[in-house]
This record gives sequence, C-alpha cells and structure tokens, in this order.
Amino acid sequence: MLHNEIKEDQPNGSQEILTRPVSRRNFFGMAGLGAAVIVTAASCKKDDIINNSGVNLGSGDAGILNYAYALEQLEAAFYTQIIATPYANISALEMAYLKDIRDHEVAHREFFKAALASNAIQSLEVDFSSIDFTNRTSVLATAKAFEDLGVSAYNGAGKLISNPDYLTLAGKIVSVEARHAAWIRDIISMGSFADMSAVDGNGLDKARMPDDVLTIAGTYIKTKLNASNLPTN
Amino acid sequence: MNIQNIISEIEKTDPEIYDRLDTRRTAMKSFAKVSGKIALAALPFALGSMFKKAYGSPTSPTDIVIDTLNFALTLEYLESNFYIQAVNSGMIPAGGALNALTVIRDHENEHVNFLKTAITAAGATPVSFTAANFDFTAGGTFPTVFSDYGTLLAVAQTFEDTGVRAYKGQAGNLMSNNDYLTAALQIHSVEARHAAHIREMRKAANLLVPAGVDVKPWITLNESGIGTPAVQASYDGEESVMQAGIAITQIGGTQITAAAASEAFDEPLTKEQITAIVTPFFA
Repeated sequence: MLHNEIKEDQPNGSQEILTRPVSRRNFFGMAGLGAAVIVTAASCKKDDIINNSGVNLGSGDAGILNYAYALEQLEAAFYTQIIATPYANISALEMAYLKDIRDHEVAHREFFKAALASNAIQSLEVDFSSIDFTNRTSVLATAKAFEDLGVSAYNGAGKLISNPDYLTLAGKIVSVEARHAAWIRDIISMGSFADMSAVDGNGLDKARMPDDVLTIAGTYIKTKLNASNLPTN
Repeated sequence: MNIQNIISEIEKTDPEIYDRLDTRRTAMKSFAKVSGKIALAALPFALGSMFKKAYGSPTSPTDIVIDTLNFALTLEYLESNFYIQAVNSGMIPAGGALNALTVIRDHENEHVNFLKTAITAAGATPVSFTAANFDFTAGGTFPTVFSDYGTLLAVAQTFEDTGVRAYKGQAGNLMSNNDYLTAALQIHSVEARHAAHIREMRKAANLLVPAGVDVKPWITLNESGIGTPAVQASYDGEESVMQAGIAITQIGGTQITAAAASEAFDEPLTKEQITAIVTPFFA
C-alpha cells in the first residue's frame, strides 16, 4: 500500500521533466497488457491511497517496465537539475561523472519510453523542494539514496518479470545503477561503495518490492502513481 | 585446466553426468577426438558444448537451477580464492586499498557460503574448490599477479566486470525459482559495486594502460584500460549501443553519445563465454 505524502502544490522546486519525441516503435508488443494511462481528476485527500488513483502503471511486464520508466524519469530529472545548477565547489571530475550519470539515466528513460511506445505512462512531474541543489552534501545524499533505491528496485522487480528478455534488460541497467551507487558513495565517504548499509551479512544487496520503493520515491514525485495492478510475485 | 577433474567434480554433484554425456568412454573418446583437432584456446568452447549437449535439455527445471547455482558458486570460489591471496600478498597499500580488498574478499566468501547453503538446502551437492585448484597467473599470462600491484588490480577488475556479465547472463535460468533469482540479482549488483570501486582504484593509482586511456566506474565501449589482449573477451560486446532493437545513441533527440550509450547498459555473457574466460585461471 502506498502513501500519498506527495504534495499537491509546491510553489518552488517542482518542474516538468524534459520530454522529447521518440519513435513509436512498439518493440515490446504489449497491446492489451493494460498499461493505458489513466489520469484521475479526483482530488487526493490525506487518507486516500495512491494505489487507487493516479497514473496507472499497468499490469504484467508492461507494468513493471512502466515502474522502471517512472524511476528513470525521476533519476534523469534529478541529474539534469544537478548539471543545470551545479553545487558549490564541484570538482571537474565530479562534474564530468555526474554528466555521465545524467546521460545514462536519460538513456534509460528514453529507452523505456521508446520500448513501451503506446503503453508508456506520461511524463511525470517531480518535486525536488527538499533538495538544496547548491549544497554538495544535500545533492550527494539524495544521489546516494536514489541510486541505492534504484538498485534495490530492480533487484526486487526481477522476479515480477515474465519475459526473460526483459529480465536481461533490467539486469543490463541495474548493474550500471550499482556502479553509480558505488561511486557516489565513495565520493561521500571513500570506501563505502558496498558498506554494511548497502550489503548484508550474506554479501547481498537490497531488494525492495514496488510498494516500498514508490513510498520512498513518492517524496520526489508530484504526479500520483497507481501501482495497484503491478504483479506481486 | 584438467578436464577430467572438472568432470569428476561434476560427477559428485550429478552422478548421471556420464549418462548425459552418453557413456564415460565414448564421451572422453569423442572429446579427445575433438580436442585433438582444435587449438588449445578453443578447448573451453569444446568443453562448453560438451556440457551443453549433456545439460542442454534438462529433464526438470531443477537441473538447470542447480547447475546455474553451481556455476555461480564456481565463479565465487575463483574470486574468493583470488582475494584471499591478494589480501595476504603483503603488497597491497595499507589503508583504503587494503580495506577495500578486504571488504570485497569478505563479500566473495559470503557469496560462497550463501550459495553452498542454498544448493544444499535444495537437496543437491555444491561444487567444491580449494586454493590448489586455481592458477591466478593464468598459465603464465599474469606472472606477477601477486607481486605487482597494477597486475593484481587489473586481474581484480577483470574478475569483477566478468562476474557482473556472468550473473546477468544466467538470470534467465533462475526464473523458475523467485528466491534464487532474487538472491542472484542481489549478488550481481554487489559485484557491480566491487567493479566500480576497483576501477576507481586503478585510475587513482595511475595504473591504466595504455597511457592516455581513461577508465571510469562504468564501462566505456569495450575499453578495459588493461594493456593485454588476454582480458579483451571480458569487454568485447560492451560497446553495444543497440538495446532490444532500439538505438540508444541520440535516442529521442537527446545528445547521448555512443560512449554514454555503451556505458548506460552492461552486457551479459553466456556460460560458454564465461567458461572460456575463466578457464585459464583453473590449475
């Protein structure tokens, strides 16, 4: 079950995520998988459950891909903002690598958009009002949270995917997110790339289910998401 | 690599290996016949195809799951033994470097134990290897692996980047069991964290080869920053800019370069490809 802590009206800090035209190639051939966009006009009261209103991620593999698309939209918007308004005293290496990461996340976002074609959810609005983009500590703490969250999201979603080709695609992306996570962690505290806050006593990274991920990510996503039709096992 | 030893090892896990290979005698005879005709470098492929023939049509999904877990365990033993010797080599700079390799060693040990437990719990027999089973010089390709820091980190980077590709390539074989699949994914991303850190260490210590090449935490095109063709098979294919038939370069009107497109997606390798890469490291 998801919370609805997303603020409706943020005078500052929220923005449209960049969107660009993409080819409409329907590679995944998901017609009929139920990923139709449903935007409800209903107001969201404090006790509403986000599962039952908002942008419908859909069901089956298309739903999982839309879930990944939503997370990649969030990450791409975040790094785009960092590069647009770099924090104070950013080093040349940090700038270069953060640009790389932005490009990777934009590539992921655009890949999912193109692959989902007509099944893709809309572009989401983000809410970065809790992040101080002028402050290195604030920016990198958020980056670390996003990357670790992304890794755990893909790790948890693997078992929800039916088509082995999509599983491989998710695998191609998650290890890049883990590389990001390791580097971000290291520039915050050298040597923390896989410390005990990320990796457990069995040497395993985290795996989170979509509801848990979206609850955490919800702080930064203004658009309400409906994850109620996603597969659960 | 001693083929007979490997088959004996598999026999402990799978008593029916020789039945799968037809019979022991014809299997070895046909293997000898084939191996007599092919270059030594191609041996792993021949071995791989022999196993593929044996295991290609498993009688039940469990076979392929256990087989995959044992394959993962084999790779974890390789990594674990490597880092045990690396940490004990006495040549790792104290402080951050030694701490990092110790963390990674511990993770690889944990992976070995975790997989052993998982395979045993499934009622199967885990493969087993000791230090004597490995040759980290890879038959003389890396003679200074435990006496030259640059070589040690180059081999470490190759193992980590290869490990990431191995788990990625095997995920589909675990789809029939959610618990094993999730655990394998959880190991996969830890290997990627290791890879990123080792790559940072090599750059920071100015150990990249040839001069002028850059290595980032992520893999750019098929560049290793390691000046020997011996590791190239671990990087070939990483330069891909097509994903599921979609071109990533400049996708959606963006400025995504081929380099960034290749970095954004890591690529899998098959079991046969991985076997060919790691075979020289088995004594």
